[in-house]
Amino acid sequence: MSERRPAAAADRLPVLKTHKVYVGGKFPRSESGRFDRALAPDGTPIANICRCSRKDVRDAVTAARAAQAGWAARTAYNRGQILYRIAEMLEGRSGQFEALLAAGGTAPDEAAAEVQAATDRLLHYAGWTDKFQQVFSSVNPVATSHFNFSILEPMGVVGVLAPESPLLGLVSSIAPAIAGGNTTVVLVTGSQPLPATTLGEVLNSSDVPGGVVNILTGRRDEMLAPLAAHRDVDGLLLCSPDPDVTRSAEIEAVHNLKRVAVRGHEDWTDIQSPYEITDLQEVKTTWHPIGS
Amino acid sequence: MQSSTATASFESPPIDTVGVEERVARLCSRSIKKDAKLHALHLTLSMIDLTTLEGADSEGKVRQLCAKALQLHAALPDLPHVAAVCVYPALVGVARRALEGSGINVASVATSFPAGQAPIEIKLLEVRKAVEAGADEVDMVISRGRFLAGDFAYTADEIASVKEACGEAHLKVILETGELGTLDAVRRASDLAMRSGADFIKTSTGKIKPAATMPVVLVMLEAIRDHYLRTGEKIGMKPAGGISTAKDAIRHLVMVRETLGQDWLDPDLYRFGASSLANDVLRQIVKQGSGIYQSFDDFSL
Amino acid sequence: MTESTQSTGLAAPKLRLGGADGWGYAPAPESTDHVELRDRYGLFIDGDFTDAADGRTFETANPATEEKIADVALASDADVDAAVAAARRAYEEVWSQLPPRERGKYVYRIARVLQERGRELAITESLDGGKPIRESRDVDIPLAAAHFFYYAGWADKLDYAFPGRGARPLGVAGQVIPWNFPLLMAAWKIAPAIAAGNTVVLKPAETTPLTALKLAEIIREAGLPPGVVNIVTGAGETGAAVVQHPDVDKVAFTGSTEVGKLIRRALAGSGKHYTLELGGKAANLVFEDAAVDQAVEGIVNGIFFNQGHVCCAGSRLLVQESVADEVISKLKDRMETLIVGDPLDKNTDIGAINSRAQLDKIEEYLEIGEAEGAAPFQTSCPVPERGYWCRPTLFLRASQSHRVVQEEIFGPVLAVQTFRTVDEGIAMANNTPYGLSGGVWSDKGAKAFRVTSRIRAGVLWANTYNKFDPTAPFGGYKESGIGREGGLAGLHFYLQPEAAA
Repeated sequence: MSERRPAAAADRLPVLKTHKVYVGGKFPRSESGRFDRALAPDGTPIANICRCSRKDVRDAVTAARAAQAGWAARTAYNRGQILYRIAEMLEGRSGQFEALLAAGGTAPDEAAAEVQAATDRLLHYAGWTDKFQQVFSSVNPVATSHFNFSILEPMGVVGVLAPESPLLGLVSSIAPAIAGGNTTVVLVTGSQPLPATTLGEVLNSSDVPGGVVNILTGRRDEMLAPLAAHRDVDGLLLCSPDPDVTRSAEIEAVHNLKRVAVRGHEDWTDIQSPYEITDLQEVKTTWHPIGS
Repeated sequence: MQSSTATASFESPPIDTVGVEERVARLCSRSIKKDAKLHALHLTLSMIDLTTLEGADSEGKVRQLCAKALQLHAALPDLPHVAAVCVYPALVGVARRALEGSGINVASVATSFPAGQAPIEIKLLEVRKAVEAGADEVDMVISRGRFLAGDFAYTADEIASVKEACGEAHLKVILETGELGTLDAVRRASDLAMRSGADFIKTSTGKIKPAATMPVVLVMLEAIRDHYLRTGEKIGMKPAGGISTAKDAIRHLVMVRETLGQDWLDPDLYRFGASSLANDVLRQIVKQGSGIYQSFDDFSL
Repeated sequence: MTESTQSTGLAAPKLRLGGADGWGYAPAPESTDHVELRDRYGLFIDGDFTDAADGRTFETANPATEEKIADVALASDADVDAAVAAARRAYEEVWSQLPPRERGKYVYRIARVLQERGRELAITESLDGGKPIRESRDVDIPLAAAHFFYYAGWADKLDYAFPGRGARPLGVAGQVIPWNFPLLMAAWKIAPAIAAGNTVVLKPAETTPLTALKLAEIIREAGLPPGVVNIVTGAGETGAAVVQHPDVDKVAFTGSTEVGKLIRRALAGSGKHYTLELGGKAANLVFEDAAVDQAVEGIVNGIFFNQGHVCCAGSRLLVQESVADEVISKLKDRMETLIVGDPLDKNTDIGAINSRAQLDKIEEYLEIGEAEGAAPFQTSCPVPERGYWCRPTLFLRASQSHRVVQEEIFGPVLAVQTFRTVDEGIAMANNTPYGLSGGVWSDKGAKAFRVTSRIRAGVLWANTYNKFDPTAPFGGYKESGIGREGGLAGLHFYLQPEAAA
């Protein structure tokens, strides 16, 4: 699809796609006007992608914050239906994602398997939205005349440093965050950004409210520090095996004591559990008197 | 006196039971020792309505009670006298004669005590008869059935009528809190009684348990306080039933002190309706002086 | 409220509460005969009490009298090294080898001895820290024992704690606790740690080391293997040595947000586990439909409990405008009955401020609040001449922009503001970098649930305040901390997952 060679006279000239970022339910370009090239494994450029700036990070956080209360207020059932809808849309576009993965160097059969795994993963978390609270909340038998319970609440806005794994890892990091009512700012800095920019289109056609997932492409060293330091971001999910990367982000996160979850693994095949959701939740304990 | 229709249309504040119980527990943690204790014990004696309300009450029993009221403990001549002797209407005359000139009031229960299930005309007649016979104070019961059925106007009218029948006599309104079910109802009944002419509000007849529990009394004290802050009018309080030890009484005084303040630490505004409290207080007073724990047989019945 | 009295021409009704006139309470001091305190306390390392390697000590004093109680060993890096080494050895060789049920039995023993020696501990706590005996006796010590009792039972049930996951201990925990609830915080830290199979190096606060050292005696009395719990006393440097020690696997800290951030920064990239319980500036919201008298009591418990030295204190009172006059008037009346003074007197409501430094800080805020334009109100109760005291204080007409509204004072000082609507109240409650706790007073259940669910804080009290229980997780959102203590959630932070059992 990203064929750039000149077409033979008899061939139809393909329409090339502009890969933009996904912020607040819209597809803007980077405010900076800068771009990077997405490359095939052999180094051939296959697309231009936005090289986002710290201001793009700022705008994405604003969008995520604006969407957060509304997303968290959706019923668990509704969030589950929307995650299910994402899975449906991804399934419907599986050919496109297989091609994108293949263009990035994934073998065709592996690409097909990865798209299927990503779809199934969304389905998995769609089912958790109205269950994790049941499994992980508690009624606490306190020694006074009070009804006391602890429930999970979303952290709020979660910054995600997306893993290198271009589709399965990406979906595996976003899905549990939003399943639990967080909104996200996702930094895509790996070598294969095209599945991510295209996932934005899937999300946008899946009833996901604008701002719930914001996807920025660009360079980690430009975007991660401002995101990690941003005082209106509540949590960080750092998917990187590089301890220097996570350490410097953790230090930036100290500004407002962001909660930080680190995922150092590169293979995302088995990374699926409700603890991926609960690691991005807060525990709230509430006391009510029992009287008449 | 306010019109009864006005008294029926008001809202009492909500009461949180658990919060009241916690406040009571905290008040109960006050530790009253030495001089403070002795003062409280004397104060308690002066606030007692020495009471007998039995079907078997006779002239002889009432005369004996009055003699006790006049001389609580021969070995301690400087004790204060109790506030009143409380009897049934039929025995008011006996008590009146026995207590004449002593400064001890005669209180009479009335209004078909304790159930209050009689026609209003009969209740009012009973009140007038008690006052004619010499009662300084009348302890009425409200019609709990009508109150619980939501007929607050009836309750207000009933209290106002009895107040009128009392003439010069002070009116204590017994809410019988043990039958009211919730502290919200206790508060509402307290407010209703005070707005309808009560000089005192009183917890219980002594015939129903629970009677004067501390949470109930606290809620009533808070109602009295709010009434005072709103109108400037000081209404008295009388817990009755279940207060039998000096320790209980002192806890009540602590509660009064910290809710209503010093002005209510006075027999004109606070009474204990009790039959056996006096002797336990006397035991404690003697023990405070001698350091030796006392027997009940050291004190007259 | 006073309209009717003005129209009758009477003086405004006033209650004669507290004060010296009329019947007052005689002194009722708790007897201290049976409490044995030594002149000198050592470090508790590897089951024995030892002097600091370099022989240094510091003094701990009674804040109510300013008199020295004892000399306490000041642990240096070398002592912390020794303590961590002892904890590591105990973890590897003994504690992790014990059957979980036996581990639990040791923890139960601690709970029982705490109960047996409860009065002695309460008195020691009040002597060393200044808190009223009523609180140390009725709150701190019973809750500390309950905490050990609760977590003891978890020791052999860890496989049931986390669905689909097994759990194993982390190793050695380095723990630093504050001076406001000395023994209770030690219990919050030690009980879940050792029940889960970890060993511990704990550093108590320098102004309140004594109950932790008595706990060390109790731990010895309970027969715990040497090194499972080590207690090193000292100030900030000792604490830093504990949390930064390379052989510590887990850091648990309760204290200021400022220090918490330093610790968090030092831990970045280490992969170590941590829990931080930090500062707060909780809003206590009183709505017009509240049970007013109980709300007033809750306000008092919220801010004057433990002299206001409480991270979750309800230090911001937000009252709905329609009831503000009544609530504030009743609050002032209630405050008049509060007794400030001798912590060992059973009738004392507000004891001594924990230290000269803390009193200085509180007094600085009293000046700041006044300079900012808030209207101070203090009760008239007498305070002793010696010692560190602060009368219960309100700052009326405080504003969101005032420092006394924004910053944690950690004293008996309440900033009072008003709001008009539910949404405005919630917005003001959340307008802070902190998120530890909050209170809501409304008789309307639906409203209470709505408001508690919209306040961004870890602990919400509806129609109550400052309640604690070992089964109830406690901890903050935002800059009030990371992680939870208490309950199943608290256990989680002393374990790491392993493949399902």
